[in-house]
Amino acid sequence: MLAVWTLWLRELVRFYRDRHRMIGAFGQPLLFWLLIGSGFGGSFQAGGGTYLEYLYPGTLMLVLLFTAIFSTISVVEDRREGFLQSVLVSPIPRSGLVLGKVLGGTTMALLQGVIFLALAAALGISLRPPAAVSALGPVFLVAFGMTGLGFCIAWRMSSTAGFHAIMNVFLMPLWLLSGAFFPRSGAPAWLGFVMEVNPMTYGMSALRQTLSAGSSVQAEGLPSLPLSLIVTAAFAAFTFFLSMVSVRRQK
Amino acid sequence: MLLFNVTPVIEVEGLSRTYGERTALAGVSFAVRPGEVFGLLGPNGGGKTTLFRVLATLLPPSQGSARVFGMDVVRDADAIRRRIGVVFQEPALDRHLTVAENLRHQGHLYGLSGRGLRARMEEALSRLGLWERRDDLVSRLSGGLRRRADLARGALHGPDLLLLDEASTGLDPAARRDFREGLHRLREQDGVTILLTTHLMDEAEGCDRVAILDGGRLVALDSPEALRRSVGGEVIRVQAEAPGRFQQEVRERFGLEAQVIDGAVRVTCEDGQGVMLGLLRAFGEQIASITLSRPTLEDVFIAKTGHRFQEARES
Repeated sequence: MLAVWTLWLRELVRFYRDRHRMIGAFGQPLLFWLLIGSGFGGSFQAGGGTYLEYLYPGTLMLVLLFTAIFSTISVVEDRREGFLQSVLVSPIPRSGLVLGKVLGGTTMALLQGVIFLALAAALGISLRPPAAVSALGPVFLVAFGMTGLGFCIAWRMSSTAGFHAIMNVFLMPLWLLSGAFFPRSGAPAWLGFVMEVNPMTYGMSALRQTLSAGSSVQAEGLPSLPLSLIVTAAFAAFTFFLSMVSVRRQK
Repeated sequence: MLLFNVTPVIEVEGLSRTYGERTALAGVSFAVRPGEVFGLLGPNGGGKTTLFRVLATLLPPSQGSARVFGMDVVRDADAIRRRIGVVFQEPALDRHLTVAENLRHQGHLYGLSGRGLRARMEEALSRLGLWERRDDLVSRLSGGLRRRADLARGALHGPDLLLLDEASTGLDPAARRDFREGLHRLREQDGVTILLTTHLMDEAEGCDRVAILDGGRLVALDSPEALRRSVGGEVIRVQAEAPGRFQQEVRERFGLEAQVIDGAVRVTCEDGQGVMLGLLRAFGEQIASITLSRPTLEDVFIAKTGHRFQEARES
């Protein structure tokens, strides 16, 4: 446990010291939200609210995704700098290594998520405090799943450039097709299918529904909240399991 | 001299390791005694790092066995990990953290905490002259200090065996000397057994015993002094205008073994001074320079493998 705690703490200290990462993981989605949300504002028709409102939960998701991914990039750096090796020859179990790392990334994503939620009023989004609090559950699950996913990818990568490539061709499209950017209702059938099997869709749906506190307008055409939570939790458990398997297999 | 009744710290028997088609280690056997500074000398690609990784419990052998403290590196990896300290080619320090923070994390990984950990940190850092620098970020340390901090990290939990992989690479000679002194202090004060890999002759000279690895095979194993003695006599190196012709003439007229290595003619003989004077008298005008020396470990390597250390590294 001491080992998990120390690895967790290290992630946090590193992240705090490396403020560019913190700003990047937060500022980029925010800018994205502002520019795209404002630009599309006039032409957006689905639901009752403005596009800025529609895109808000999606942007929260992107903040979580970026933070989780950037925090797991440190696995690649750790391997290059030898830090990882020193953990691997220490007597801590492999599961402790994964847990410390993934919890570290999850915590940071959670913190960034909370900051983003706290900014809602300043961004002109009406968000009732109880709704924000109830969204923390899905935020945690999504953050954990994303960090686990990032860990599996990072464990196999020998360079951070490779990781960025995966990020761009795999993770960003998954985000775009999670209902974060546009609702499934308007999409062609094949795209709708991809959205249905995309695990991020369910995390997105859980975030959207808790944030809108059950308002029927936002929930339209989304998987039910219990289903969304179950799939999101299962995905988180799956990526964690996959991370453990990867670490055990590598000798 | 040999203490057969002492359990070896490391015991390697018929150890082989292949990566797909490539053989990195082929049937290596040796033992390391307690309290020894044991060097694995060889060119890059000679198998040192593979052997190091097997002993550090990071890589299972393909064949044969490796035991540390009498325990198997695969089956008893956890028990071994508690008792070894490992220093890698790249310092295993987090650059974003201070020296003390790095050591604290390391201590936690080994179950140390609180006052016990603080005492060990102070001891490890003071011994290596780093106590004053404990609050510096690792990224601000020079290469030499970083290496020493990494050694403090590796030795923090008081391991009985310290494994070092090319740990002084990239250091200038002065920093290397500091590092070596740090190592010897550890051995003298705590009785730590040390196994290090190196491709530097002067580093190997400082070991109690040296195993020479080439192409995955163990080609020689003894104290540096005994290894040099095994080559015998003295070595004369001659820079001549036409090395090939010179080599042939030395063979014909002096009946001595001569090799052309790196553009220079290398002659091994018993009476160095006499032969040197003879060569100068016979070929004076052809000789650009001539040197006489006792055999070095590099000469041992050449004698045992038939090729230069550098050539092996390039191939």
